[in-house]
Amino acid sequence: MNIIVLAKHAPDPESEINVASDGKSVDERGLVFDINDWDRYAIEEAIRIKEEKGGEVVVVGVGSKCEDTLRKCLAMGADRAIKIPVDTSLDAYQTAEAIKEAIKDEKFDLILAGMMSQDLNNAQVGVLLAAMLDLPFATAVSVISSIEDNSLTVARELEGGYNEEVTLPTPCLITVQSGINEPRYVSIMGIKRAKTKEMKEVSVSPTTSTLEVEKMYLPPVKKAEMIEGDPSEIANKLIEILKDRGLI
Amino acid sequence: MMRVFVIAEHRMGELNPISIEMLNLANALKGDGTSEAVVIGKDINAYAEELAKYADVVWKIEDNSLENYNPELYIDVLMQLFANNKPDVVLIGNTSCGSEYAPYLAVKLNAPIATDVVAVNATDGMKVSRYLFQGKLMTDLKLKDAETYVLTIRQGVFKEGVEVNGEIKDAGIKPSKEPARKFVQYIEPEVGEVDISQAEVIVAVGRGIDDESNIELAEELAELLGGVVAGSRPVIDNGWLPKDRQVGISGKIVKPKLYLALGISGAFQHVMGMKDSELIIAVNKDPEAPIFGVAHYGIVGDIFEVFPELVEKLNEMKG
Ligand SMILES: Cc1cc2nc3c(=O)[nH]c(=O)nc-3n(C[C@H](O)[C@H](O)[C@H](O)COP(=O)(O)OP(=O)(O)OC[C@H]3O[C@@H](n4cnc5c(N)ncnc54)[C@H](O)[C@@H]3O)c2cc1C
Ligand SMILES: Nc1ncnc2c1ncn2[C@@H]1O[C@H](COP(=O)(O)O)[C@@H](O)[C@H]1O
Repeated sequence: MNIIVLAKHAPDPESEINVASDGKSVDERGLVFDINDWDRYAIEEAIRIKEEKGGEVVVVGVGSKCEDTLRKCLAMGADRAIKIPVDTSLDAYQTAEAIKEAIKDEKFDLILAGMMSQDLNNAQVGVLLAAMLDLPFATAVSVISSIEDNSLTVARELEGGYNEEVTLPTPCLITVQSGINEPRYVSIMGIKRAKTKEMKEVSVSPTTSTLEVEKMYLPPVKKAEMIEGDPSEIANKLIEILKDRGLI
Repeated sequence: MMRVFVIAEHRMGELNPISIEMLNLANALKGDGTSEAVVIGKDINAYAEELAKYADVVWKIEDNSLENYNPELYIDVLMQLFANNKPDVVLIGNTSCGSEYAPYLAVKLNAPIATDVVAVNATDGMKVSRYLFQGKLMTDLKLKDAETYVLTIRQGVFKEGVEVNGEIKDAGIKPSKEPARKFVQYIEPEVGEVDISQAEVIVAVGRGIDDESNIELAEELAELLGGVVAGSRPVIDNGWLPKDRQVGISGKIVKPKLYLALGISGAFQHVMGMKDSELIIAVNKDPEAPIFGVAHYGIVGDIFEVFPELVEKLNEMKG
């Protein structure tokens, strides 16, 4: 089974997030980048399928600085990488168009993407690509329960702990939900091997954008009443609150 | 004249409240135009009647093959409807199913799309607000001028609205082909030993708990308070707690008397599962963590400093 995996080099939401001086973008200085969390699960799933069924795993990244993430995927076990060195900012349409263009000569049975990117939280790129390629698709997949020659059976996550089981013919596109597997750590051997693997750059010029950022800002929040002091004082105040409410 | 379409959502016999919330938004946006709900399925009269209270028009698209949601069939019938009824705006719930087919529909309609939208301004082009970084940042976007826009709408935002009592129409549309993707079955959530939705006290831990071995601390605290331990999604994804302990949109909705949130950032998908708790106390080392927006009391600090002190004092009290 030949699999294409989309992996984004994305800033960690736990890094320092500040608005840049233009008021329309994120200040890159505080940001720590790594593979998008959902894509870690996607690449792991692809490698597991390959280990079981054979075939090739090709990882695709869009962004001028996405190399580290592609290398990480190669170190985990992907066979080769395609880097598309354009920055599409917030525009999922442009990202999907660029990927479509870059993989047009690839033969694949399955495209795996993450359910969403940890910075933009769009949950769009995978499905946009499916639409552009007219592929059957399923999102938020929590289990791939069987892989036949020409079809897959998967469970996709609904609300409230429910799942929906569906079958899809291949080729198709799936976006994976976190927790679908336990992603492996990158081994030293893996990193060594990755150095010899192919990383191809494909230049694609972005299509016209579909949106414009007018403003970026810290969301207004209603603030909780803050309890301050050293740990002992805090504990005392907490106990007081709990007593007041009859909770202890 | 603006036609704002709302694609209703229902599953296993229940209309999702997001359907009505989107109609509230549609009525606010439509100006002298119309709010038009679309309900797709089998046996949908009851939904149509409920929707008609809040919509100028309700379009019924009914067929046996539409009994269970299928994105290909939804897109198929919606494209047929829109061929003769051009939408200016299509609103879809930012739910598991809505967020699945909305981007596909947008491509087929050649429409710009914004997802998980929390505010809309259509007076001068199409402007929307949405969160980034799981609630830590917000952005105002202007979508490129187009004939049709597709927006997915966050639940729980547009709760206020008026009744308009419109008419119900049968669209007379059937799917034009067999879908490639087939529905097999619904899978029920696993049932564990404790039902956290019944608990009066919940000690909830997030990624900030850092390691499986620290769950013990939470268990000790829960025991002292007569409660149970629950977790945010990453804690469950990592296998530190069983799936039935997950609080949030894809886990359980809880309303305990006390919800203690330890090392949880407060992403929307988590907050939806606990925001109605009677008393919420959050401990987080990040003063900007969104959880402080829903908590009644907040403590900026390290759980591993606050925790042991509290456990010790509670132990003393118990003697
Ligand atoms: C479709 C979908 C469904 C989802 N469903 C759910 C759901 O049902 N439930 C759910 O919870 N999530 C759900 N999520 C995931 C959700 O978006 C967030 O990713 C998740 O809630 C984050 O969990 P967290 O707060 O534990 O982790 P993080 O966001 O990583 O936050 C960890 C927090 O711990 C703090 N911290 C770290 N160390 C310490 C310390 N020593 N002391 C104090 N504080 C510390 C940090 O400041 C940070 O705020 C869903 C996502 C999607 C896309
Ligand atoms: N710049 C990118 N490079 C590679 N894959 C991407 C990129 N942006 C998004 N994706 C893929 O699309 C998924 C959804 O992203 P988004 O639509 O931004 O939420 C991600 O989990 C990735 O798999």
